[in-house]
Amino acid sequence: MNNPPDISQDPAEHEEYAHGIQKHVKGYLMVGAALIVCTALTVGLSYVNFGSQKANIIVALLLAAFKVSLVGAVFMHLAAEKKLIYRVLIFTGFFVFALFWLTYLAWYNPIVAPH
Amino acid sequence: MEIPYTISTRPDTGLWNAKVGIWLFLASEVMLFGGLFSAYIFLRLDAQPGEWPHGLLNVPVGTMNTAILIISSVTVVLAWAALKMRRYRTYWWYMLATILCGAIFLFVKLYYEWPQKFEHFGAFIKRDKLEKYEQYLGNKHAEEKGLQPRLEISGHLHNREALADPNIKEYEIALDPVNADPTNPAMDRPHFLYMPPTEKIGTIEKEDVERISSFGPWHSAYFASYFTITGLHGAHVLGGVLVFIYMWLPVSKRLYQHNPEHLANRVEVCGLFWHFVDLVWIFVFPLFYLL
Repeated sequence: MNNPPDISQDPAEHEEYAHGIQKHVKGYLMVGAALIVCTALTVGLSYVNFGSQKANIIVALLLAAFKVSLVGAVFMHLAAEKKLIYRVLIFTGFFVFALFWLTYLAWYNPIVAPH
Repeated sequence: MEIPYTISTRPDTGLWNAKVGIWLFLASEVMLFGGLFSAYIFLRLDAQPGEWPHGLLNVPVGTMNTAILIISSVTVVLAWAALKMRRYRTYWWYMLATILCGAIFLFVKLYYEWPQKFEHFGAFIKRDKLEKYEQYLGNKHAEEKGLQPRLEISGHLHNREALADPNIKEYEIALDPVNADPTNPAMDRPHFLYMPPTEKIGTIEKEDVERISSFGPWHSAYFASYFTITGLHGAHVLGGVLVFIYMWLPVSKRLYQHNPEHLANRVEVCGLFWHFVDLVWIFVFPLFYLL
């Protein structure tokens, strides 16, 4: 879903532009409804036993990732943004993964008290 | 002097300046919440069996708050679309709806969810005394079912004076359902609906208690993470609501009459912040309420 273009001052063009935005509005409402449904699904599935706690966590996080991608792509217009924004996000993603990696290393190789 | 590139795009970035600014700010926010979430994962992975609580938060209320935040994300993007279509009155209503959603979210958190936790107490029993309280803990049943051991007896503390008075030797707790009927298979997993403490009073000798506290941040690593992350998130909701109120007041109508596209761009950057706040909650809700 693209970011709508700048508005025109010409009445006829404005009418066409407003009609285009109206289409976006329908998309926003549909995404909102999908997010509510996904929330209900997240709650419902959390009470289903998938065999282990880890499996339940993976299911919940996959649903959360789907919801986040919907919000990002449609509400935040990331489906069609300028390159600079994507570059900022790639850097952010890299550093946030590095942060989680450090946590993982600390857990994997903890500092223990000397005997 | 006019601030440059509030509407027109800069030739080098292809964007108006506030948009670059808000995305850089959101990048720093990702790192801030990323640090807290990684701390949460670290604490959770390191928790000993039975030390990471489940089912202590009110799921229906959390679900309702999640839905409220999602609705507010929709209304803020609709407010922006209304401005783009030059329909100020529609914008005004959508913005009011967004403000109300944010205010309801905060109200529920600050006046219902958090205070309830400060009224609820849990007593962690010393490891060598767990068997003595088998009637409340049901650890043999838990072991048979392959469940995590229960180390805590929780509910409403009847004799609060026992916390400070060394002459009182016992705690009297109106037990939570899981401690009132620990071998009931219905208590093996958390419930969707909130189950208040029962009428059954459990008596616990002080000397058998490792530590006792309300369900505040001092209770456990779980509640420390919960209050830190939801507190910081709540501060973001409050900040967003205050900015939206400014956008909704007559001062913004004057900007609209003078330069409607400028107001639309302001609403867009605030909306991006608001969607980010929604994104954080999308992870907070399952991690703390459901798993």
